[in-house]
Amino acid sequence: MSKPVATTAHKNPMREFIQEDLGDKIFDIIIWIIVFLAIVVCVYPFLYVLSVSISDGAAVNRGDIWLLPVGFDLSALKMVLGYDDLWTSYINTVIYTVMGTVCNVLFSILAAYPLSRRQFFLRKKLNFFLAFTMYFSGGLIPTYMVVTGLGLYNSRLAMVLPVLISAYNVMILRSAFEAIPEELFENANLEGANDFIMMARIAVPLAKPTLAVLSLYYAVARYNDFFSALLYLGKTNLQPLTLFLRKVLLSSSPEILQSAGGMLAADAAAQSTLQIQYVCIVLAVIPIMCVCPFVQKYLVKGTMLGAVKG
Amino acid sequence: MFKSTALARDASPAGSISQKRMSPLQKAWNRDKYLLLMILPVVIWYLIFCYLPMAGLYMSFTDFVPGKGLMGLFQGKFVGLKWFQKFFESPYAFRLVRNTFLMAFYSLIFGFPIPIIFALCITQIRSKPLRQAGQVLTYLPYFISTVVVCGMINNFLSPSTGIINQMIEFFGGTPINFLGLPEWFRTIYVVSGSWQTFGFNSIIFVAAIMAIPQDLYEAMRVDGASKRTIIWHLVLPSIKPTVVLLLIMACGNLMSVGFEKVFLLYSPGVYETADVISTYVYRQGIESSNYSYAAAVGLFNSLVTFAIVFLANRTSRKLTDTSVW
Repeated sequence: MSKPVATTAHKNPMREFIQEDLGDKIFDIIIWIIVFLAIVVCVYPFLYVLSVSISDGAAVNRGDIWLLPVGFDLSALKMVLGYDDLWTSYINTVIYTVMGTVCNVLFSILAAYPLSRRQFFLRKKLNFFLAFTMYFSGGLIPTYMVVTGLGLYNSRLAMVLPVLISAYNVMILRSAFEAIPEELFENANLEGANDFIMMARIAVPLAKPTLAVLSLYYAVARYNDFFSALLYLGKTNLQPLTLFLRKVLLSSSPEILQSAGGMLAADAAAQSTLQIQYVCIVLAVIPIMCVCPFVQKYLVKGTMLGAVKG
Repeated sequence: MFKSTALARDASPAGSISQKRMSPLQKAWNRDKYLLLMILPVVIWYLIFCYLPMAGLYMSFTDFVPGKGLMGLFQGKFVGLKWFQKFFESPYAFRLVRNTFLMAFYSLIFGFPIPIIFALCITQIRSKPLRQAGQVLTYLPYFISTVVVCGMINNFLSPSTGIINQMIEFFGGTPINFLGLPEWFRTIYVVSGSWQTFGFNSIIFVAAIMAIPQDLYEAMRVDGASKRTIIWHLVLPSIKPTVVLLLIMACGNLMSVGFEKVFLLYSPGVYETADVISTYVYRQGIESSNYSYAAAVGLFNSLVTFAIVFLANRTSRKLTDTSVW
């Protein structure tokens, strides 16, 4: 029982730690182990993928890599960067993400602001009108029929229009708007400001933290959107990164990889398929890894719907 | 700066007189016309992309013929409950409902406690940068695309080159073809799902724990309470309302299993345990063009989900006085 004393801790926590009684010491150690394990479990797969993608091809084929790269070889990366399909799909994804996020946020504001105004005479009815779609939907097939019936099959708009508004996110934004002191609106109203001005000058600036999180949610959802693309985009030159990744990652036969790369077939055969797959994962994950840490301080606001207020 | 002219607009007698003559509706229109204008595009969108498909569910009671545009949804020959009957008489109905429910249920009982335990642990760490780093690193997987996660699962579990099987071999075991064996599919689904979401789901609990006033901790510590006692008698009771509410809300998802992960990981060999309603609807509808039949199966799923969410919400309102509606 007295074994756990031999831990590595920093000066201050160490002193604190020594002063604690045995029960608390064991408790502390268990906590650190759990947190450490949780972090390892989350980080290790990505580190491993990164290591494989920049390691020496031969070492990868021997299965020598456990954590850190063995050797250093960027040829897999170079080869993947040479795929035209990768670039087409990457550019498509950027288009869909930017276009989609802008429209998503804009329409969410247009929906949330009126619903947050207490005196709005249709408030309750429209609230129900939106919220109902969170609990019941026409389902896949009728939605598919409507979208294709509108002529959106193989159209870039199919990546934006069917997923324009998320009722859940509108509710989050609505709560944020509702939290703004009513006097601000009253005063502006007395000054003669109409609702458009109040929305743009008061509501939106004061809900910036929530809007930041919503933008992140929407941007990530658009960046990761696989389902809409699977349903509505048949043409390769319109397909986003997710469909390209599916081809590369989930069809284990290298032929598909080669056909994706076109003339690079001979090179692809020589290169480890595994490594090419991992390079693609790294390329797909990097943008997400770059964005997410920056919104951490806002994240709590965006995850709390009315739920936690109560 | 708004207050300075507060008097000016009060003194507009013409306005107040005309307001008296107006009907309530006219008054509302005058006051809210800009709000209506704002929400109009939203309402139109909802009508087209949410409510029109709901009306289109009519197709599950007809012999739908594709290729007639939007109105085709309402033009098929009425066949009553034919498609529902076909579904419930097929051997798939039971299998699909069982798989969907079990995957959602295991995800709930396995996936729900982990974020709470993690939140309890990470809030015990006193260094703020360390705590935040821990949070960022654990919620990152939540934002990774399902395709990438499935690609990693597929690679890691590969019998020949996968790192999991390499580890098994390293310790002297024999490699297992995880994704090819029906008995492993649910485990893979549930474990990978928990892995992806526990960090993100813990954010809300961490926030609830951090909201506990610091002097309550101090008071207990002065009284000589151990850390376990503090957790048991202060932290857990304080976050209980949040836990109960989220648990009830999570119960609403008991009949909805995400399409993407199952679709990307399963293969005909493991349909027995892996096939869920959403993937079946996709195969029947989009791949085999049995539109009416697939729509009927989808409607059945929507109705069951709706009933569960409704019940969960009512329970929540009774128990915690909070509801989503």
